[in-house]
Amino acid sequence: MTRHTLSVLVEDKPGVLTRVASMFARRAFNINSLAVGPTEINGVSRMTVVVDADGELIEQVTKQLNKLVNVIKIVELVSENSVQRDHILVKVRADAATRLQVTQAADLFRASIIDVSTDSLIIEATGHPDKLAALLNVLEPFGIREIVQSGTLAIGRGSRSMSDRALRAS
Amino acid sequence: MSKGSPASPALLATKSHGHSGHVGSSSGVLSHTAATSAVMGPNNVVAPVQMSGSEALVRSLEELGVKDIFGLPGGAILPTYDPLMASSLNHVLVRHEQGAGHAAQGYAMVTGEVGVCIVTSGPGATNLVTPIMDAHMDSVPLVAITGQVSSGVIGTDAFQEADIVGITMPVTKHSYLVTNAQDIPRVLAEAFHLASTGRPGPVLVDVAKDAQQAQMTFSWPPTIELPGYRPVVRGHSKQLREAARLIREAKKPVLYVGGGVIKANASTELLALAELTGIPVATTLMARGAFPDSHQLHVGMPGMHGSVSAVTALQQSDLLITLGARFDDRVTGVLKSFAPYAKVIHADIDPAEISKNRTADVPIVGSLKEIIPDLNAAVTAEFEQHGTPDISDWWAFLSNLRDTYPLGWTEPEDGLMSPQRVISRIGALTGPEAVYAAGVGQHQMWAAQFVKYERPRSWLNSGGAGTMGYAVPAAMGAKVGSPDRVVWAIDGDGCFQMTNQELATCRINNIPIKVAIINNSSLGMVRQWQTLFYNSRYSNTDLNTGHDTIHVPDFVKLADAYGCAGLRCERVEDLDATIEAALAINDRPVVIDFVVSPDSMVWPMVPSGVSNDQIQVARNLTPVWEEED
Repeated sequence: MTRHTLSVLVEDKPGVLTRVASMFARRAFNINSLAVGPTEINGVSRMTVVVDADGELIEQVTKQLNKLVNVIKIVELVSENSVQRDHILVKVRADAATRLQVTQAADLFRASIIDVSTDSLIIEATGHPDKLAALLNVLEPFGIREIVQSGTLAIGRGSRSMSDRALRAS
Repeated sequence: MSKGSPASPALLATKSHGHSGHVGSSSGVLSHTAATSAVMGPNNVVAPVQMSGSEALVRSLEELGVKDIFGLPGGAILPTYDPLMASSLNHVLVRHEQGAGHAAQGYAMVTGEVGVCIVTSGPGATNLVTPIMDAHMDSVPLVAITGQVSSGVIGTDAFQEADIVGITMPVTKHSYLVTNAQDIPRVLAEAFHLASTGRPGPVLVDVAKDAQQAQMTFSWPPTIELPGYRPVVRGHSKQLREAARLIREAKKPVLYVGGGVIKANASTELLALAELTGIPVATTLMARGAFPDSHQLHVGMPGMHGSVSAVTALQQSDLLITLGARFDDRVTGVLKSFAPYAKVIHADIDPAEISKNRTADVPIVGSLKEIIPDLNAAVTAEFEQHGTPDISDWWAFLSNLRDTYPLGWTEPEDGLMSPQRVISRIGALTGPEAVYAAGVGQHQMWAAQFVKYERPRSWLNSGGAGTMGYAVPAAMGAKVGSPDRVVWAIDGDGCFQMTNQELATCRINNIPIKVAIINNSSLGMVRQWQTLFYNSRYSNTDLNTGHDTIHVPDFVKLADAYGCAGLRCERVEDLDATIEAALAINDRPVVIDFVVSPDSMVWPMVPSGVSNDQIQVARNLTPVWEEED
């Protein structure tokens, strides 16, 4: 199965997330990750949906998404022409003996330390899912206490905007 | 979209055709919303006036051109039932909310207009779930209005509170929860627009009680705000030319016609296409009547209980010209063995149906009302340029099958009437202008097989959902929508017991439908499968309504109790006279208990889980394919 990243502009109306999630559930499509937030246009939200599906199935996914009345526009973002980022917060065991090693590891991944206590640190990192997986591998031996991770965010490279043609003029 | 991805053609297909080439162009949005015609009805201009939300709801329905609605009041919809008394709307008070839903479906199927039902919150709303799902499966334009508890108590498990928007989300085209009275006219206008355009379907409008009670400023027409809804109407000209080329090259083409042709009112256009090309026509269960049964080019109904000629036409075809059909499993049998030699042209208003089950070689998205004439033009040009194809060998093969394996039946050995004969005579004595609504099961298949359909909107059934109990309320709605036509409910003894309370509605409101109960004293289709696949072990299929049983209930007495004419027919000698007696009664509903054999089975049959090549014309009897080939 191939991983696909879909950017979906939706009307910011009650229940729209449920409609999308319910459609995926009912059609037996798998959501790998989902991130939702406001956009530069009032009343329009953007969902980034990462789906594992093969060719014909991803076509069905997009067609079924398009049938939802609140869905305005869908674009598939491929990695060559887009930037894709996950965001992660990790609480790692770190006492006086190991703190330096942990902070060095975080530095190597351009991650930040955003909280320190006597026996732990919270590390914040942003990056491609592969990079974050590598960070977690390095942190693992110190003892990971908690992880919280966002869905993938993705945006096309270059100056054009996904919403240009969809809504802005109206 | 930046350099990101050219969205796949699939993405573009949905929302871009007819606009400036990109998904959701602003010009498309503007032209769409600016068109006042998106609001149904005469678009009378109503200057702002103060009224309550419930008055606005009733007024909006009137402005939308609604004439008849089916419903049953309760607490959360009470405010709306008050202004209904003074309204021009004809409200038909049903006895169960499911009846309101199916009646609205029958109404919509016969008239082509949006069917409307209105019920209260909680159980009133959940009783509508089956008809909503039924309308969703069969693409029936339906607006379901439900009362909801006041917005302040939503989420508190208040009395008769149900999250009906959530419950029906997977089976509606769209849905609304209205908590602000001011939104009511716009939401209703949008609901009717969504239900009736594109691929038709059910739209739910759930209105909180306080929104019905609050004051608002009503004006008409409202502005529809649906930036994400732009159904494609015209087919792509390049695809149409490609389709025409395939049609010219095909040696074994078939028009695989689905219910979409009826929904698009495109029967005349279909007739022109068929006669232009001489290509055989197969009409699915949902498309019975889309093409005249009596026409030489008609080869029958395909599918699990289709005729040998239609099933084989699809199976051995080299080109399926698919119009408003969706490759349902009841048509295809085992999908990977279906029509293995065929290329596929697939025209449908819903892009998601194209290549969902069977990959299309030529996809055409749009309304069949536009596509078929465009295709006729493209085919005419193609034939003029390259000559008319000769498909006489194909016709020789199919004609032979049609003659060798006509639909028929063997008389039951128990001496009881054959259900097929009963249904066949009802059709013959009533004629093709009538409306025939069936329940689900054996009688449904026989009604599809043995009534001759000559015109669209004469055959109603629950095709996709398979809802037992559909017939009586659907016939009721059809009779309201088309009072001048004879309306038969051809029902089973099992189905009839699920929704026969609507006989009271019919009697009280002077809706004289005719109900033919094909009484084989059992859940017949299940029993047939038990006969064939479970060693005749009849687990829980005996209903004790028929011959040699205690007759519980006695359908004639039941009819009498509801103030309907009740007749019983047990002998073939009485058959025609009984049907004629029923046809002569028009001042009240008629219920006829046709006592038939429980052993009659529906043939032909493609057993579940095998290829359509394994079609059986009778038990364990499969046609010989290669003869005369």
